Amino acid sequence: MSAIASLRTALAADRGGAVFLGLLAAIAVLVPVLNMAVPESSPFHLSTFVMMLIGKYLCYAILALAVDLIWGYTGILSLGHAAFFALGGYAMGMYLMRQIGPRGVYGHPVLPDFMVFLNWDALPWFWLGFDRFWFALLMMVLVPGLLAFVFGWLAFRSRVTGVYLSIMTQALTYALMLAFFRNDMGFGGNNGFTDFKDIVGFDLQQDGTRAVLLVVTVIALALAYLACRGIVASRAGRVIRAIRDAESRTRFLGYRVETYKLWVFVFSAMLAGVAGALYVPQVGIINPSEFEPINSIEVVIWVAVGGRGTLYGAAAGAVLVNYLKTYFTGALPEVWLYALGAIFVLATLFLPRGLMGLLPAQARVAR
Amino acid sequence: MRQVLARATAIGPKPRSAWRDMRAAAARRAPPALLGKILYLEKLTVSFDGFKALDSLTLYVDPGELRCIIGPNGAGKTTMMDVITGKTRPDSGSAWFGQNVNLLSLSEPQIAEAGIGRKFQKPTVFEFLSVFENLELALTGDKSFWRALVARLSPSERERIDEVLSIIGLMPFRHSRAGTLSHGQKQWLEIGMLLMQDPELLLVDEPVAGMTPQETERTAELLLSLAGKHSVVVVEHDMEFVRSIASRVTVLHEGRVLAEGDMDAVQKDPRVIEVYLGA
Repeated sequence: MSAIASLRTALAADRGGAVFLGLLAAIAVLVPVLNMAVPESSPFHLSTFVMMLIGKYLCYAILALAVDLIWGYTGILSLGHAAFFALGGYAMGMYLMRQIGPRGVYGHPVLPDFMVFLNWDALPWFWLGFDRFWFALLMMVLVPGLLAFVFGWLAFRSRVTGVYLSIMTQALTYALMLAFFRNDMGFGGNNGFTDFKDIVGFDLQQDGTRAVLLVVTVIALALAYLACRGIVASRAGRVIRAIRDAESRTRFLGYRVETYKLWVFVFSAMLAGVAGALYVPQVGIINPSEFEPINSIEVVIWVAVGGRGTLYGAAAGAVLVNYLKTYFTGALPEVWLYALGAIFVLATLFLPRGLMGLLPAQARVAR
Repeated sequence: MRQVLARATAIGPKPRSAWRDMRAAAARRAPPALLGKILYLEKLTVSFDGFKALDSLTLYVDPGELRCIIGPNGAGKTTMMDVITGKTRPDSGSAWFGQNVNLLSLSEPQIAEAGIGRKFQKPTVFEFLSVFENLELALTGDKSFWRALVARLSPSERERIDEVLSIIGLMPFRHSRAGTLSHGQKQWLEIGMLLMQDPELLLVDEPVAGMTPQETERTAELLLSLAGKHSVVVVEHDMEFVRSIASRVTVLHEGRVLAEGDMDAVQKDPRVIEVYLGA
């Protein structure tokens, strides 16, 4: 009860958040309507491709929220959040693979195509249960959460901080990438999972299913925002900002800094897992390249460009930078990485608080 | 208390007799001495790579006392504070807080919980939080993550924060971001954060370094007003400041107690003159 009450007071003071949630509501209504109710001949029609692109950006926005919480508010520069995102994605991918059933190329009643191809005769134990949606949903948050818990417990307890921790998170995602590339890991090797057919009985190729996925993503983003806002507006939120600004001072006040870092890290990883799980059915593929170290670094750039320590700034940064990425990789593919680098340098030099730093009223509130 | 601070802003250096009266008032507030000491440090030795930062240091502090520790650089003042707060472990010796708390067996947060607050030399307040929020984080009570997630201030906690805000004279700045305070105000805020935990023993490291004369005077009054109710140990270089507040001064030199007594006696001690004051 008190948590809800404090969230309500927090939102009353959070005008940027109100605008953000309003925009999300508009997207949730307008995008499916423009796609499905407006005829294709109309100039207002939104193609399914664009709708799926928006869905993808919004998944990235959830990931950006997760990184803003751990980096912008807690001061832990995680360069491994794409790993949690990919793990959530793989959990969803395993469910979608099991849904294919006998409709695979080889027509095996249970085994996914790649296992038949590898001459496996039974499902590995860790594939059991993924034919149930609720189980997959659970794994999407539990697996990233558990990995974050173990990693965080070891790292924070040994008081690994700063650049050393960042390097370790890079190593984590790199190690996972190498592992998932191996065929005998049981996750489809470098091809990963694709050719998904349906999700909880609905055809993934149908516009209706895709529209619902978009709406679910918007709802997830809104809930993720509210959860993050609830955390940062609570006393725990003030403690994590205190840790960010003066860690040993916070410890000296009697706070178990490690515990705070650990739970925020775990929550953030779970959020990243949810983002990955929503991402996979919308883009239709998951493979080990999602673990590439550069992906995690890109997330940090989105957050820096949008404005860290504001939450909605991170989400806006994710959408903006990814829109630019779509544009550049289409129009001038060879320029994209330079453009990304330039965006980061320019944002750091001229917009130290990101695009949100341009909003005058904002300066006082969130940080 | 508010009146005392208001008087301080009124101004001008105070006559020595005024300081003497304040010291006497603080001493009267102190509990009777027969309760034993609040701090027992016995034969503490700490060495770093062969250098003895503390060399069999023995020191006692009475309850409610305001003790000043002086000494040249490298005398072991900071190391002594580090041992008391659990940051540094001594090679030998013992450190007891009251009769029952063995400081050497506790971790830093446990020592803080037991009732020892330390103010570091450089003010470290949480710059992005408001003055009020800084004090809120310093509240005593359950500091676990799950508690903090749902914690709301109770009326008595609010009262306590307001009380401390007026003791440290920062009431008008309660909603200012701590980063915007002046150096002196940050120091008071940090003392306020210590007071939130209502510590029996306050360790204060160079409180007036870098302060204006007015700020120094207010700090002196603040510390004197705390003495009696709390025991206060102050490490300071500013002799005029020490003379104002201290009824007892301990001079450290090369990790040992060189002299102890009131300021006048200590200043007349030839050994002290040789190593420190005479220079």
